[in-house]
Amino acid sequence: MTAQVQTIRSPGDRGVWAWITTVDHKRIGLLYAVSAAAFFFIGGLEALLVRTQLLGPNLEVLSAEAYNQLFTMHGLTMVFLVVMPIAAAFTNYFLPILIGARDVAFPRLNAFSYWLFIFSGLLIYSSFFLGGAPDGAWVGYAPLSTQLTEVVRMDFWTIGLSTLGISSIAASANFIATAFTMRAPGMTMLRMPVFAWMSLVVAFLLIFSLPSVAIGLFQLFLDRNFGALFYAADAGGDPLLWQHLFWIFGHPEVYVLVLPAMGIVSEVLPTFARKPLFGYPFVVFSGAAIGFIGFGVWSHHMFTSGMGPIAEAGFGVATMIIAVPTGVKIFNWIGTIWGGKIKFNTPMLFSLAFVAMFVIGGLSGVTHAVVPSDTQQHDTYYVVAHFHYVLFGGAVFGYVSGVYYWFPKWTGRKLNETLGKIHFWLALIGFNLTFGPMHVLGLNGMPRRTYRYPEGLGWANWNAVATIGAYTILVAFLVFAWNIVRTHYLNKGERVGNDPWDGRTLEWTIPSPPPVHNFDETPIVHSLDDFWHQKYAENEEGRAVRMPAVTGAADDQGDIGRADHGTPEGIHMPSPSYYPALASLGIAITGGGLVYLPWGFAAIGVGVVVMLWGLFGWSLEPVTKEH
Amino acid sequence: MTTDTEELVEAPAEHDADHIKHPTPKQYWLIALILAVITAFEIAVPSISAFDGWLRVFLLFFLGGVKFAMVVALFMHLKFDKPLYRAFFIIGLVGAIAMFVVVLLTFRAI
Amino acid sequence: MSDVAVTDLDHTEHADHHDVKPVRKTAMWVFLGSECVFFGAMISTFLLYRNTTNGGPGSEIFDIPFTSASSFVLLMSSLTMVLAHNAFEKSDMRQTRIWLSGTALLGATFLAGQIFEFTEFIDKGLTLPRSPFGSSFYMLTGFHGMHVALGVILLAAMAVLSLSGRLYDDRGLNVELVGLYWHFVDIVWIVIFTVVYLLQI
Ligand code: HEM
Ligand SMILES: [Cu+2]
Repeated sequence: MTAQVQTIRSPGDRGVWAWITTVDHKRIGLLYAVSAAAFFFIGGLEALLVRTQLLGPNLEVLSAEAYNQLFTMHGLTMVFLVVMPIAAAFTNYFLPILIGARDVAFPRLNAFSYWLFIFSGLLIYSSFFLGGAPDGAWVGYAPLSTQLTEVVRMDFWTIGLSTLGISSIAASANFIATAFTMRAPGMTMLRMPVFAWMSLVVAFLLIFSLPSVAIGLFQLFLDRNFGALFYAADAGGDPLLWQHLFWIFGHPEVYVLVLPAMGIVSEVLPTFARKPLFGYPFVVFSGAAIGFIGFGVWSHHMFTSGMGPIAEAGFGVATMIIAVPTGVKIFNWIGTIWGGKIKFNTPMLFSLAFVAMFVIGGLSGVTHAVVPSDTQQHDTYYVVAHFHYVLFGGAVFGYVSGVYYWFPKWTGRKLNETLGKIHFWLALIGFNLTFGPMHVLGLNGMPRRTYRYPEGLGWANWNAVATIGAYTILVAFLVFAWNIVRTHYLNKGERVGNDPWDGRTLEWTIPSPPPVHNFDETPIVHSLDDFWHQKYAENEEGRAVRMPAVTGAADDQGDIGRADHGTPEGIHMPSPSYYPALASLGIAITGGGLVYLPWGFAAIGVGVVVMLWGLFGWSLEPVTKEH
Repeated sequence: MTTDTEELVEAPAEHDADHIKHPTPKQYWLIALILAVITAFEIAVPSISAFDGWLRVFLLFFLGGVKFAMVVALFMHLKFDKPLYRAFFIIGLVGAIAMFVVVLLTFRAI
Repeated sequence: MSDVAVTDLDHTEHADHHDVKPVRKTAMWVFLGSECVFFGAMISTFLLYRNTTNGGPGSEIFDIPFTSASSFVLLMSSLTMVLAHNAFEKSDMRQTRIWLSGTALLGATFLAGQIFEFTEFIDKGLTLPRSPFGSSFYMLTGFHGMHVALGVILLAAMAVLSLSGRLYDDRGLNVELVGLYWHFVDIVWIVIFTVVYLLQI
């Protein structure tokens, strides 16, 4: 049945070159998704090695050196190369469709963001073959990260993170321009689906927080390579400055990781509870409030650094306040499923698990806001437990839910439900086995980033449980991978039409997979959940009743054939371009040169030329070429 | 009958540049003259001993702020352009100032 | 025309009234907001280390008259930039080219002044590795200088393009966007001149 898919693209649209030059937001979204999946596998493997080393006391599965590199790369990978890109994948694919647009505001800038992301990831990972990976933890605290300047490791991290930052800033400016200027007629801001809203908030978070860490990274880089003294305590520099610059970015970053997942959950719950989202404006505004307050709490990561009682009290209180809008969202989700006709299929299960796990992680987070308590918890496994509950049980479960939910839109096929449920239960059990015990370990004093622990501290059993849990997670995600391969590549999945879930938002009005131009006609939007209201009216008791035959919409098979016509007359989509990939390649080469500085200048020269070539070619070519 | 991507949304916008009231070249020269005068005064401030202490700091910030605001509002047309742009810029500016003032306070550096 | 992005249903009626959103300017202003945080971080670093001279030279080596002159040059380049934009809107390509070139020239003059200033300071013993003060001074002013240099390249490129009539307003490289960038670089220097130079003497 791939033939079905192919008819949607014109013949010249296949092959590697087409993917390299693509400026289609849907293809770029898929590129992000596939890359993120690959990195998830790698980052997971690193976590398994870490867990294997910690299986019992006094083990020596890994060398201490390897251990440091692995946990650093694990954190780095999961945050920057898995969760951020998978969020970017969903945003790319669905933000334009959800607001009724044919593409993002800057299709080529979009391609540039993707290629810069993947080249940066490869640059960071090349370190394994070039003398060793970064090993100073993903937060890279100075002065640890400024020492050992003869070893390049941490420069892979300073440079790789910087180029990833450029990619994210470009993507964010793009998404902001898209959300503000590309909405279909009638799609007011307060009719935008929650996922689109959360993408917008995330874009603002990134664009105003990344510069701070970028400057910090640049200072570290200068300290390491040019003898600058930003973080040199003996010359009067203050290493604490790094922590501020990092966490001004770092705290908004955790919302960057989780808000899009919250957006997905806010789409999935109403669909399968068959009720509108409870309190839509509250969900939107609490999301925006989280984003806003998120800029005022960064120092809660620094309670043990001796900032003084006023700062500690202030940041503690601010942190507790930010829990309020988060709680509002939880209540809205519960209100949404309350009294609904709930369908417990895989996307719904993952979304429900998201809510439950996120509550646990959120509550342990509030305990960090209590300064005396945090002084005990800081840098113990309790913190590791906390952030995995929000990042894995929270964010990752949300994104997995999104994959199950939108897979039919991407490929025209549903993922298998039985395999999905096996995946879900294994993941949920494995996850809690792994990270539940870490609360206990942390409260019993086990420090995080610990390579080995002695016998007799009472840590052995819970560590063994956690490691078994980690392997359970591996099995769960292998099932997931098999499900995707089976459904998509072996063509075993159930074929579906436009609207397999009886959805509420615009993406379900168009074919699966959508044609390049998304909409044959620009939709005109009349209300929130417009598509739902086209399909259903309300009876006297406020129950939804299906309206008779609606304009082309809800019927399941009807529209597949329509895509065969290709792009309708008069719609010009932007032409493919290799300049964005070229420009980002230039930046990555420059970055590689910066890592190996004394000799790297030649690479920098080449990289800058390639970059300028790409950028000038790009800014001079017209968006849509004449045929 | 077009897509909503960059060039097509951008192009027509240039046409209505006419009916937004931008300053005339003459006014631009005048603005530059005012900026120049303020700059001259700024440079003089540190050497006038009557302004020593906090007054000097205040004056320098005030004069710098006026120049900053004039360039943003008049040369960058923020005064005439969409309120949305103003919001973006002011959020960045005020946010940055607020956050970094807090950072410097925790270091007791200001 | 009817399916150009419009925000509100009510506005579609005025679609022929060009009620459309300039996409690029939106992104540019967001980017400039972001740049505020970039420079905010560096200026704060400088303020933190303004007296941390590690036994080396401090702000006493500043040559205020000289820096005032180069600040003035950069300030006036904002005038020429806005005149270039004004001429471009009136489709006066000759004037546009003249003012663009003038702006690039003023920018280059500023850069030359900065290079001169740096060599003077290095002679007096202020280098990047000398002290946290030196590190943060050079990073801040150097980063700003790189912005100016990029601006000069863009301005010069546009002046050259205008010779062959290839200066469009629907490309990424256009007079209005580069103008916004250039003015921003100028206002950053207004702040640096006040905070780094005038306030430290
Ligand atoms: C496959 C399941 C996972 C397992 C078994 C796992 C396990 C671990 C362990 C044991 C550590 C602590 C290492 C140490 O302190 O020595 C750790 C750290 C970390 N993990 Fe995970 N993790 C998993 C998934 C994730 C996910 C999905 C994310 C983020 C979205 C994530 C983000 C992090 C971060 C940021 C750190 C901190 C790294 C550092 O201290 O520099 N992990 N993980
Ligand atoms: Cu935080």
